[in-house]
Amino acid sequence: MIMSKTREKAGPMLRPVDRADPRDVGGEAQPLLIVRNLKKHFPIKGGLLNKTVARVRAVDDVSFNVKKGETLGIVGESGCGKSTVARLLMQLIPSDGGEVIFDGEAVSTFRGISLKDFRRNAQMVFQDSYSSLNPRLPIEASIAYGPRVHGASKGTAEKIARELLVKVGLKPELFGPRYPHELSGGQKQRVNIARALALEPRLLILDEAVSALDKSVEAQVLNLLRYLKRHLNLTYVFISHDLNVVQYISDRVLVMYLGEVVEIGAVDAIYTAPRHPYTRALLASRLSMDPAERVEEAPLTGDPPNPIDPPSGCRFRTRCPHAHAVCAAKAPRLTAARAGIEQEVACHIYDATSGHPDAGASLSGTGGHAPRRTVEASTASAGR
Amino acid sequence: MWSYVLRRVLFAVPIALGVSMLCFGLIFLAPGNPMQLLLPADATAEAIEIIKKAYGFDKPIPLQYLAWLQKAVTGDLGLSIANRRPVLEEVLNALSNTVVLSLAAVTIAFSLAFVLGTIAAYFRGGVIDRGVTAMSVMGVSVPNYWLGMVLIIIFSVELGWLPATGMGAQGSTDFSLFNWENMKHAILPIFTLCMIPLGIIMRTTRSAVAEVLNLDFVQTLRAKGLGELAVVRHAVRNALPQVLAVMGLQFGYLMGGSILVETIFTWPGTGFLLHKAILTRDLPVLQGTILVLSLIFVAVNLIVDLAQTWVDPRIKRA
Amino acid sequence: MTMTSATLDLAQLKAMHDDQPAMISRGYWRTVGARLSRDPVTLCFATVIAAIVLIALLAPWIAPKDPFKTSMAYRLKPMGFRDFLLGSDELGRDILSRLIWGGRTSLLMGLVPVAVALLIGGTLGVVAGYVGGGVNMLIMRLMDLFYAFPSILLAVAISGAMGGGMVNGMIALSMVFIPPICRVAESATTQVRGLDFVEAARASGGSTGSIIAHHVLGNVLGPVFIYASGLVSVSILIASGLSFLGLGVEPPTPDWGLMLSTLRQAIYVNPWVCALPGLAIFITSLSFNLVSDGLRQAMDIRM
Repeated sequence: MIMSKTREKAGPMLRPVDRADPRDVGGEAQPLLIVRNLKKHFPIKGGLLNKTVARVRAVDDVSFNVKKGETLGIVGESGCGKSTVARLLMQLIPSDGGEVIFDGEAVSTFRGISLKDFRRNAQMVFQDSYSSLNPRLPIEASIAYGPRVHGASKGTAEKIARELLVKVGLKPELFGPRYPHELSGGQKQRVNIARALALEPRLLILDEAVSALDKSVEAQVLNLLRYLKRHLNLTYVFISHDLNVVQYISDRVLVMYLGEVVEIGAVDAIYTAPRHPYTRALLASRLSMDPAERVEEAPLTGDPPNPIDPPSGCRFRTRCPHAHAVCAAKAPRLTAARAGIEQEVACHIYDATSGHPDAGASLSGTGGHAPRRTVEASTASAGR
Repeated sequence: MWSYVLRRVLFAVPIALGVSMLCFGLIFLAPGNPMQLLLPADATAEAIEIIKKAYGFDKPIPLQYLAWLQKAVTGDLGLSIANRRPVLEEVLNALSNTVVLSLAAVTIAFSLAFVLGTIAAYFRGGVIDRGVTAMSVMGVSVPNYWLGMVLIIIFSVELGWLPATGMGAQGSTDFSLFNWENMKHAILPIFTLCMIPLGIIMRTTRSAVAEVLNLDFVQTLRAKGLGELAVVRHAVRNALPQVLAVMGLQFGYLMGGSILVETIFTWPGTGFLLHKAILTRDLPVLQGTILVLSLIFVAVNLIVDLAQTWVDPRIKRA
Repeated sequence: MTMTSATLDLAQLKAMHDDQPAMISRGYWRTVGARLSRDPVTLCFATVIAAIVLIALLAPWIAPKDPFKTSMAYRLKPMGFRDFLLGSDELGRDILSRLIWGGRTSLLMGLVPVAVALLIGGTLGVVAGYVGGGVNMLIMRLMDLFYAFPSILLAVAISGAMGGGMVNGMIALSMVFIPPICRVAESATTQVRGLDFVEAARASGGSTGSIIAHHVLGNVLGPVFIYASGLVSVSILIASGLSFLGLGVEPPTPDWGLMLSTLRQAIYVNPWVCALPGLAIFITSLSFNLVSDGLRQAMDIRM
């Protein structure tokens, strides 16, 4: 896919893409990313001989799809495994099980897409920390590294880097030769985005990409991301712990708890009618500015249990107000929340065959105070 | 906590074994046939055969090592080529003399360095601080055997106050703490040995105390109305583990590295013994001395490690 | 900030471009150079080092007399006697000339082992740090073994067993310095390897070699080099110590440590002359120490 060249002095004019992506292999209906039964257990070494004494079950049997052109948000508390999922998707750490299928082809397998080609198609934007950019390299060189590794000459790579700087709104003559410590947080994050785009990927995984930024800068970067997605035909997986940001930018949302997927569905459905008790509690814990919507007691108490030795059956049962005996005996699977709606929940309440006393019923409302931002949510989704 | 101690002690065993292997291997570094090195030049063919069997030179190297190790563990480090005395006996005799010097030097260095370092840290940027920094740098840059020579020149040659060499009148080798003759001989060597640890401990104390004084809890102490002296006492107590660790290590270094100073002053310690062994190519003594000295160093490191954990609860390496 | 607008229009993008201040960017090395130029102590002693090196290099041309020429008649003469500017040694040789020539061996035995150790230890450390796992354990445990010996003891043991001589001395010293340099390199590499930009480089598809060359080395070389430069002064001290003990340079080669050892006998005859070689060692070691300290301060820029 070729970016249109600059025709005006004021800046690039990127045309919204509405024709098919020539790199598309599987067609419109094929999800860009299919993740099946992803698993990662980190061993803990200890004892006299440094043997494995326990395992941190960071990611356990995670499956989801990402449709072409959508933004899938992944939310959860710290330690739920979302960053590990990001690194597993990018093949930065080896998985202990499961498969990743990109546009119909399995990644890193004999008959599928090779790791190198996958890396041309999927890139990651890291959280803006002091270590996200090499302090010894000027910005241009950091961005140009990817293309150079894939065979571009020095001149071509630098040209690509400069064009990308323009696309993210930084003047290349001014910023190209600068070092990371000479940039502000928002500028560094835009550089991170530019670096991720250098290989012209189709999928961007953003791991807490705006979490370290001030609110106003965060808004700028989010808008830049939406703009780029539209004009470069990208698909996003957006990982964050910030519920509001995820609501703003996502089309669908996936909720994780202690290494497992508990709920997945369209953003409006999740935020206006959350099904899973954990999602309900999570959303209810957002504080409102309206004094009429005071929260009297915390919807979610205590800390998440230890991922080394998670509770049997449903992992949320120790903090769930609706827990029952069957929740300790069987682990719930992801099932449709209601027929016809594209929302899946992993909870015995929604599984008619589970044996839970409330099985087949559905939790109503939002579990907390009234949903906020309904106006913005609907106009935002209309604008996409 | 005791499991940590046990683990740490057990961990020292492979290191000690490795050290012994290195010491054993020294023979093979030497040019020439190892057997020739262990025997005086005029050995008879018979003697050669006996030694061959006894040391197992006709066996493969790992077995030779095990045989050597077995003897070493029971205290038999062979006989000195020069004077046919058991190596272990020679080494232990010399060791006591070296311990006297090292202990005295480290104690003096520590006392002085700690006080000066703390003052330097407290009056940061002041005259004492700059003096301390300068002295530290000079202390680690000066060749200590040259310093010994200069001290000899000043105090023995020019002023004639103190003796230049030896350990006692007429080169006697027993040392008694309360004998002024012996003490006179020890003053210059101890002072010379002091220099490097003084520099290092001063620098460590200064940086450790300065770092602690910078921490927030010191502000809290002051805000509570605590007098400056008490504040300094608190800071010093926090910096102590680090400094004690360095002091222990310096003691270990002095024990192992006293060869230069002892040679200058002809002080009959392990360093002097080592030098003699090198000059006379007395390999059993060379091997034995290095083995004993390095094992002592390993032991000192271990003790310092454990002491640090005991004093500072934060350090509990898994 | 209109959060409801889904497309960023041209005006907003233009606005992003224009609100950026101008700023001159200086490279890392240029900043280090600037900081060094403002440090008088370091500059002064760097000049001293340059002078010592120069004198040693130009020895054949600036030494007043032949350093090897002995003369039984003029043994142990005091300073200023005839043309012996600094006196003569126990074999009648001119001390000044021997001092000038002695710089060569002292500098050589000080610098070469550190350079060798930097190469070998640095490589081992970077490999151990980047690859991690079993390779790391193997290399670091091996290094730990050498740490069980105090440096002088190890140097004396190795060169003593090998029989002395300048080359053996340099080998012994290299082996003394490889473990500490390896440790510093490994620790720095492990730290850098965990940083996000290295992960990003891996995600971009960089090969191990390319990542080490472009991203790791640039950040690791600094601390390792500073540490190694601090070792030079120690190396000079130990090397001259070895020569003093008869384990380094062999007579009649002029060398400061060796001179101290042979002149010692004459301490009652010509005391202060005997101290001169030691003064040379002291000044050289001190200069390297101060310059490396200054270098460390200049390179310690928070970036």
